[in-house]
Amino acid sequence: MTINSASHANNKTQTDLPVLLPIARQSQQSAMIERREGTYRLNMQPRHIAWALVLFALACGAAQAAAQPEMLGPMQALFKWMEFILWGPEGELTGFALNLVISFFAMMLGTVAGAALGLMQVSLLLPVRQGSWVVTQFFRNSPWLVLLFTIMLLVPFEIDLGFVVIPVPDWIKAVIGFSLPVMANISEVVRGAVISLPSGQWESAESLAFTRRQTMWMIILPQCFKRMIPPWINWYCILAMATPLCSIMGVEESVTFTAQALNAEGDRPELIPVFYSFLLVIHFIYTYPIARWSIQLEKKFTVKT
Amino acid sequence: MSELGSNASTGWTPDQPMVSIKDVYKSFGELEVLKGVSMDIMKGECVCIIGPSGSGKSTLIRCVNALNDIQSGSITVEGQEVNAPGLNKLDLRKKVGMVFQQYNLFPHKTALQNIMMAPLHVLKQDEGEVEERARQLVKKVRLEGKENSYPGELSGGQQQRVAIARSLAMNPDVMLFDEVTAALDPETVKEVLVTIQDLAEEGMTCILVTHEMGFAREVANHIYFTDRGIIVEHGTPATFFDDAKDPRTKEFLSQIL
Repeated sequence: MTINSASHANNKTQTDLPVLLPIARQSQQSAMIERREGTYRLNMQPRHIAWALVLFALACGAAQAAAQPEMLGPMQALFKWMEFILWGPEGELTGFALNLVISFFAMMLGTVAGAALGLMQVSLLLPVRQGSWVVTQFFRNSPWLVLLFTIMLLVPFEIDLGFVVIPVPDWIKAVIGFSLPVMANISEVVRGAVISLPSGQWESAESLAFTRRQTMWMIILPQCFKRMIPPWINWYCILAMATPLCSIMGVEESVTFTAQALNAEGDRPELIPVFYSFLLVIHFIYTYPIARWSIQLEKKFTVKT
Repeated sequence: MSELGSNASTGWTPDQPMVSIKDVYKSFGELEVLKGVSMDIMKGECVCIIGPSGSGKSTLIRCVNALNDIQSGSITVEGQEVNAPGLNKLDLRKKVGMVFQQYNLFPHKTALQNIMMAPLHVLKQDEGEVEERARQLVKKVRLEGKENSYPGELSGGQQQRVAIARSLAMNPDVMLFDEVTAALDPETVKEVLVTIQDLAEEGMTCILVTHEMGFAREVANHIYFTDRGIIVEHGTPATFFDDAKDPRTKEFLSQIL
């Protein structure tokens, strides 16, 4: 033990357990790079993709081996249903496309409501501040699925205004259900960004006779905006990955359609890993570039200030 | 604002103290920071407040432009009571400029924009005139060529000079400097002090909280020494530095000189 730790002393690793040394060195190295670049790393390398392909091939092989000769092979079955899972029957915007539509609208709604709520959290008026704090904490600390259930069961399928009946399709309800936790988290992002600015900014603006409103809009928020972009994108990624939750309520999105497709193929168990890995892959292909982009932005803004 | 005539509403005339501090008490919760401080500053005077840390120097000048409120006593600027409940803070701050230890420039604006912002948006002056004056101010603080630099691209001393120009853009009658060189590298301290000296020599009323004894001796008209919330001793630089009476002043000076 002592010999080993002595031989690695110049690496400044924090452990003298020989079995941990390789890991310690590795994590120390990546920590150094992250410190230098000012942000964490999210690097996917070719070997990671190779591993994913190997796993997928194994799943397909297993499915192929289990299939009866007269049945469709796993890849054939997947190709048959791929379009259906991606955008539903022709003329509809369902399947994975609906996941994206829900995520867009939920993000828009959540951002607008969250920005307003966040600004209320830094209001000078105590009732406004406290009220918005309670709303934020309530929705931030509720399970997304419970919020979704509540909204989907609470909102009627149509709203009768007397002279006109407005239908409320399931996916709209899902948008509302998802926008609530997003709103609460964006509210915290806004509040956090505002209070993260040094108090000297407020003081110097005050001494230059700016009003509080002017200070907020001309000096504080423009600086916050930059700080808010990375967490905002981050919350979008989380939201996009959470949209399949609404399949439980029968919204016609990708997971619902995958289950239907599997059902139509006779619920063959060997197809399950193939179809669901396909779902994972399309979500990944969508989300990963966004995550990379947010890290790029974060890097850019860390250097500036 | 810049014209220094008498003030009709307060009855103030230029022969009266421009800033008058009378028996000011200030506490943060249990902690009493100022315990009966009084001083008068005439138009065109340059006053230095020195003393050990925690003696209430910064608090005192922050009270002058109402960044901090006071518990009792009176502070007037051109006859206007700063501590009055109905004080028009904006009106006061147009008269009183302040420069901070940490510069506090707006990092998302260029040097020139930093200087232009307040006249443009607070005083609602014409953009062309404001820009012309801002460029003159840049020249005055010797930063030609840095107009379009962002604060992050400037050195501490350069940032502090932009901060001074930004304050001056409001055409204040009094300038407050709160340890403006304390965060600077020794070699950049001088450029900032020279800028302040220029101002003082042009007749700007200046109140400085500072640890720069050489500057205080050379530029100040009057020096106040504070310790534990009271003014221990004050006088002209000559009497203060060479003929201090109070033992606390002597001890402080012996440590610092």
